[in-house]
Amino acid sequence: MLSMAKPVKYRSIVAINGPLIIVDNVHGVKLNEIVEIDVDGETRLGQVIGVEGRAAVIQVMQGTAGISIGRSYVRFTGDTLRIPVSEEVFGRVLNSMGNAIDGGPDIFGEKFDVNGYPINPVTRSPPRDFIQTGISAIDGLSSLIRGQKLPVFSAYGLPHNTIVSQIVRQAKLLKKQESFAVVFLTLGASYEEADFFRVELERAHVLDRTVFILNLQSDSTIERIIAPRVALTIAEYLAFEKEYHVLVVMSDMSNYCEALREASLARGEIPGRRGYPGYMYTDLASIYERAGIVSGKNGSLTQMPILSMPDDDITHPIPDLTGYITEGQIVLDRSLHLSGIYPPMNVLASLSRLMKDGVGEGYTRKDHFEIYTRLLSAYAEGLRNKELSTILGEDALTAEERRYVKFSEVFERKFINQGAYEERSIDETLNLGLDVLSVLK
Amino acid sequence: MGEVVLIGEKGLIGEVNRISVNRVFIQVYEDTSGLGYGEKVVALGRLLSAELGPGLLTQVYDGLQRPLEEIVKQADSFVKAGVRTRRLDHEKKWRFIPVDNPPNQVFGGEVIGKVEETKSLTHMILVPPNVRGNLVYLANEGDYTILDKIAEVKDSQGKVLDVKMAHEWPVKVPRPFREKLDPDEPLITGVRIIDFMFPIAKGGTAAIPGPFGSGKTMTLQQVSKQVDADVVIYVGCGERGNEMADLLEKYKSLIDMRSGRPLMERSIIIANTSNMPVAARESSIFLGITFAEYFRDMGYNVVLITDSTSRWAEALRELSSRMEELPGEEGFPAYLTSRLQSFYSRAGKVTTLNGRVGSLTIMGAVSPPGGDFSEPVTQKTLQTVKVFWALDSELAYRRHFPAINWLQSYSLYLENVAFWWELNVSEKWKILRENMLSILREEDELMQIVRLMGISALSDRERAVIEVSTLTREAFLKQSALDEKDAYSDPRKTIMIAEVIDYYREHLFEAVSNNIPLERALDPNINREILELKRLPLDKLIDAATQIKERIIGKFSELQRPVNAQYG
Repeated sequence: MLSMAKPVKYRSIVAINGPLIIVDNVHGVKLNEIVEIDVDGETRLGQVIGVEGRAAVIQVMQGTAGISIGRSYVRFTGDTLRIPVSEEVFGRVLNSMGNAIDGGPDIFGEKFDVNGYPINPVTRSPPRDFIQTGISAIDGLSSLIRGQKLPVFSAYGLPHNTIVSQIVRQAKLLKKQESFAVVFLTLGASYEEADFFRVELERAHVLDRTVFILNLQSDSTIERIIAPRVALTIAEYLAFEKEYHVLVVMSDMSNYCEALREASLARGEIPGRRGYPGYMYTDLASIYERAGIVSGKNGSLTQMPILSMPDDDITHPIPDLTGYITEGQIVLDRSLHLSGIYPPMNVLASLSRLMKDGVGEGYTRKDHFEIYTRLLSAYAEGLRNKELSTILGEDALTAEERRYVKFSEVFERKFINQGAYEERSIDETLNLGLDVLSVLK
Repeated sequence: MGEVVLIGEKGLIGEVNRISVNRVFIQVYEDTSGLGYGEKVVALGRLLSAELGPGLLTQVYDGLQRPLEEIVKQADSFVKAGVRTRRLDHEKKWRFIPVDNPPNQVFGGEVIGKVEETKSLTHMILVPPNVRGNLVYLANEGDYTILDKIAEVKDSQGKVLDVKMAHEWPVKVPRPFREKLDPDEPLITGVRIIDFMFPIAKGGTAAIPGPFGSGKTMTLQQVSKQVDADVVIYVGCGERGNEMADLLEKYKSLIDMRSGRPLMERSIIIANTSNMPVAARESSIFLGITFAEYFRDMGYNVVLITDSTSRWAEALRELSSRMEELPGEEGFPAYLTSRLQSFYSRAGKVTTLNGRVGSLTIMGAVSPPGGDFSEPVTQKTLQTVKVFWALDSELAYRRHFPAINWLQSYSLYLENVAFWWELNVSEKWKILRENMLSILREEDELMQIVRLMGISALSDRERAVIEVSTLTREAFLKQSALDEKDAYSDPRKTIMIAEVIDYYREHLFEAVSNNIPLERALDPNINREILELKRLPLDKLIDAATQIKERIIGKFSELQRPVNAQYG
């Protein structure tokens, strides 16, 4: 798959450390160059992550097990990692390196550098217009806007896989004449999870607009680091060359951050907060910032990364740094989950910062923003009163206050709560909102 | 040290960062992918510099002073490494008007002419700070490019130097001035909680630490739109691309409140988003302050907004760890404090070399991880700056904007600006401010009791405090940046609302202390009218405020009567 392989081979591996090998006495090596490592006849890929004098530090994709000093040799390809991309990717299952693994033909097409380039701020168009997920709590209250990056903050034991699958299956544009695509990337998924997603996608008959990229638990650290870049390179091609409106769903970004930490510590870097590297903000930005709209091009790239908050802690570096880059967040809540609400979305802590630019007349419905404001403030009021009643007893509340408590319960049960296979159009969502608001009358 | 180098075939820009025996360390300002061992390095023999002259305003630059619009023309919609552009337009002709009576002797910083750069701002043409001597030639009024010679200066050695409309200045070296002055005039932003409660002086420094989701960007944008300054320089350092795009789009359509001209005509934007090379974050900050000093030297009031300095600090940390330096607190390099100080200390109100008075105000946003203000960057910034606007995500969560927490924020310029307020707005500023703050402080204490025991545990006086503070929050502190009628609050309007609230408070307290039950003293109509004040234009406000005061007097004298009769 890689062209221009130079004939020079080196047998001068001088050190092996975790996922890293060091090759000495090399000539003309370039940073981020891809290398092929021959391990007793098997070829593995690696990437140059550092050049110190004559020595190259190489991170090996499929792990260093079996590599030996003196016997294995290394070939430098002279090229940074580039993958072929074309519209043939629809309906296909790819691995972290962008190669087909569904038994079908290889993907051919123009090759693109997986690292991409930053979008020039002056050619960015601010995100506009709406993507419907069919989930009321998201569409109505934290709307997803084209070109936005809106993460889902989940935690271990919460049903985020079900939500991810529901979003990947149901996501659509309201304007039918525009073309829509979903790039779905798993990060560190188990076989069961991968299989669950595959079956779900097949059953929903949405494969023809979907690219499914699998990064599995068993894949190596560096593959996990490269996988989002591969997914985004494909998405950028579809959005900015072929003018699709692309939604990239990546789950679970916490596994990506773990891989980043592992690679950083293996390189002997000085760790930052909780052992994560000091450049994690920059690194995450190089992924998330690939969302956006380029002016003059008719496509858009929207991202929905999913991550798990370790110990439900929203100030943990992973959600914290993510929140600084993304435009809002959708927060899942354990207590709602325990009371049987699906999706267990904490709508007060959730926020789509760009919502005002993508809802209302011309996008969703004229009264959307008003319904949103009324629902949220009434719910906040209801929760406050509920808290008061647990301290002071229900009798201490006025009739009015009790109505708000009632509202908050109905709102959770009818509006937030919905079936994992229930798709609500934005009209249905907003009507439902008006419906639950009538409790207050 | 600090010399600029070009690396490799693409000529990536770098800067010498450390020198040891036989070795120099270079910090590269662009993406280094594809660089390898044995690349050619060309030293340019100069420090990293900005090109200063007409044509800066309205520009959108990256951290290396490359106009982003120009990069689009050369490449495409993505910023790739090694793109070279001019920094200022070298072909454009500007109408140069020399000063009326050119002096024989000139020195650095002297004004020798002017150019109407935009309709909003006249660009003074300065003799470069390091040039002095006899002025042997000065061009007549006419159209010149910034490379054309407009003057000749013969120095003391008899060497003749050409002076052009533009000159180079190294970004890390502060531009000289004659004298630092005491910052004694407030910088009016039109945001009530800032102007009235926690004012910043022209030439001052402020920090805005905002945990994510606290409306920091909104607040900064509101300030930059409205601030009472001649030039605004906005440095977006390591922040979101879409946010920058939104800022650019909004900025381009905004009209300056004072001149009625597009706001861009008095602005420069430096955009270095989070996915652009890390090292360029530092250069974007120093580029911004160099621009700011240059306009200050023309005698203008300049505001520099940096969003965010935390991203710069993180860049320093990242580079420091790559250079294997010993880490300080939380991995930040030990020189973080001195680096921050070298930046903030360039603010100030000064007499320039040419005897004018100019000021440079810095507002630096900080993004504390996890919203924790005890982290090193916030703390070290607070060590340096004089004003602290503590954004509070809790307030933002309750949809209270601007979400500046009144209990945590402070300003050390109160004494400096008091005279201005007393002279220009109202002699009651200090006392009104003190009254308002003490009500808010008392409310905070009382709310703890309420949370535990309910509102009924409070006395009438205490409940009056809660009433007044609620009114203060709703009618005064809350100010929507999106509300056209209220986004800008003139100091006169600000003080009038404060005065009415204080008037109401005084009467409520008096009534309560005369044992009139609070229920009778409260008047929802008065509350409502006070709430509406902020949406009135200044001319209508005066009448409305007087009416409310009359209503308050009417209401309370009625209340007092039976009590007085009883005792009378």
